Amino acid sequence: MNYERKNRKLDEMREIEAKVGVIKRADGSAMFRIGGTIALAAVYGPRNLYPKFMQDPEKGILRVNYNMISFSVDERIRPGPSRRSKEISLVTENALRSCLNLEDFPNAVVDVFIEIIQADAGTRCAGISAAAMALADAGIPMKDLVAAISVGKLGDTLVVDLDKSEEDYKGGSTDMPVAMLPRNNKISLLQMDGNMSHEEIKKALEMAKNACKKIYEIQRKALKEKYQGEAENDEQI
Amino acid sequence: MMNKFSKEYLINILNSGKRIDGRGLTDYRNIEVEYGVSKHAEGSAKVKIGDTEVIAGVKLETGEPFPDNPDEGTIIVNAEFLPLSNPDFESGPPGIDSIELSRVVDRGLRESKALDFKKLCIREGEKIWMVLIDIYPLNDDGNLQDAASLAALAALSKAKFPKLLEDDKIDYNVHTEELPLLKNPVECTVIKIGDSLLVDPTKDEEAFIEARLTVAVDENGRVNAMQKGGQKPLSMEEVDKMIEISLKKTKELREKI
Repeated sequence: MNYERKNRKLDEMREIEAKVGVIKRADGSAMFRIGGTIALAAVYGPRNLYPKFMQDPEKGILRVNYNMISFSVDERIRPGPSRRSKEISLVTENALRSCLNLEDFPNAVVDVFIEIIQADAGTRCAGISAAAMALADAGIPMKDLVAAISVGKLGDTLVVDLDKSEEDYKGGSTDMPVAMLPRNNKISLLQMDGNMSHEEIKKALEMAKNACKKIYEIQRKALKEKYQGEAENDEQI
Repeated sequence: MMNKFSKEYLINILNSGKRIDGRGLTDYRNIEVEYGVSKHAEGSAKVKIGDTEVIAGVKLETGEPFPDNPDEGTIIVNAEFLPLSNPDFESGPPGIDSIELSRVVDRGLRESKALDFKKLCIREGEKIWMVLIDIYPLNDDGNLQDAASLAALAALSKAKFPKLLEDDKIDYNVHTEELPLLKNPVECTVIKIGDSLLVDPTKDEEAFIEARLTVAVDENGRVNAMQKGGQKPLSMEEVDKMIEISLKKTKELREKI
C-alpha cells in the first residue's frame, strides 16, 4: 500500500531551524529544531575527568548524555535515565566520536548534554545534529560535522524525516535513523526498526545521504552566522 | 585485561582471509542448541557458539495491556551479564552493554512480529499475557549478541502457556498449547577490524572491533532491525556488504533451531 503525504514531498524534511551559542555558560551549545522536535545540546570541556581510573592517558574521552524533558511528550516521562535514554546516549556517543580528534586532551573528558525539549519523532537525530554544532562551537578539533536524519518506510513508500503520526502509522512503519559525516559520506549511526528488504535499505540510505547534505549546509550556516556576528561586533568595538 | 596478540598481528592474518583460530572470515564457530535448561521456565534453551554459552528462559505472567494496544500482549527482554561469565562483568544494576544487547534482541522479535501479540490477549483492555524473556551469559568468549538472539528464539519456540485458572491465577505446573510463534527472526553481527568484515568474533578479537552492525532477519529475508556499534564509521558499501553477509548467515543460524 502506498502512503500519501499531505503537506510535503516524500523526500522533503520538515522545516529546520538551527542556532549556535544558545547556552551562555556552556563551552559550546546549539539548538536544532526539525518540525515539532526541538533539541538543545551543550558541551563542557575538555575538562578534568574524575574518578581518575576513568581517565585515558593517551586521549580525551567523549561522554554523551541524552535526555527527554518530562513534559516533552503527551504522557509525562519519569525524570531520570531510562534504558532507552542510556542506549541512545551510547549510540550518539559513537556517532559523534568518529569525527573528533581528542588526542591533544589526555586524561580529560568532553561532556555533551542533549535535552529534548519538545518531541515529534526523530529526537536522537535532532540531538546529534545539535551536538555536532555545539562541539564545533566549543572549539573541539573535528574532522567533519555530523548530520543525522531518520528515514523509513510507511506502507510500501520510502520517506524522509518521519513525524510522530507517521511513526505510529497503522499501515506499517519502519524507522531508520542515520548519522553521516557529510564530507566522506561515512555512516556513524545506523539503527532500524521495522521491515525492509535489502534493496529498500539501499534506497533509504541514499535518501538519508541527500538529506544529511542539506542539514550539513544548515549547520554550517548557523555556525558561520554566530562567528560572523561576533566578528562584526569586534569591529564595532 | 591484557590482549593475547597485537592489532597488527591480527590484521595481518585477517588480510590473508583467515582467522587466528583457522576459521574463514564469515565462518561461525561450532553452534549447539539445547533445550530445557530449567523445568520451571515456560520454555528455555542454551546456545553454545564455540566457547560462548548463553541461556535464555521464557516466563509468562498476566498483566494489564498498554492503553494504545488494548488487545495485544507484550514481550519484555532482559539480559543480565553475570559476573560468573566474564572477569570484567560486575554485579549490580544492568550496565549499558547488557541494556543494548537486550534491546536489540527485543527489537528483532518485536518488529518481525515473531509472536502473534493479539493471541496473547486474555480480555481486551483488561488482561494480557506478558512474555518475559531473560538472557544470561554463562561463559563469554565473544559474540554474546548473536548467541542471545538465537537462544531467545530457541526458548520461545519451545514455550507453552501455563494454565490460566478461573480466578485468573496461574497454575505453572500445567502447560497448555505452544506460544503463537509466527516468525523466526535471527540476528547476525558483522564486525569490522582493519579492512576486514567478519562474523562471530572471539573475546580476543572483540578487543579490536572498530565497528559492528547487527542485523535481524526473518525467514523471508526481511530485515527487521539493525544496530550499528563501535566508534568507527562505515561506508555505504561496507553497510551493504554487512547486510549481504547477515542475510546469508542468518539462514544457517536458523537451521540450528
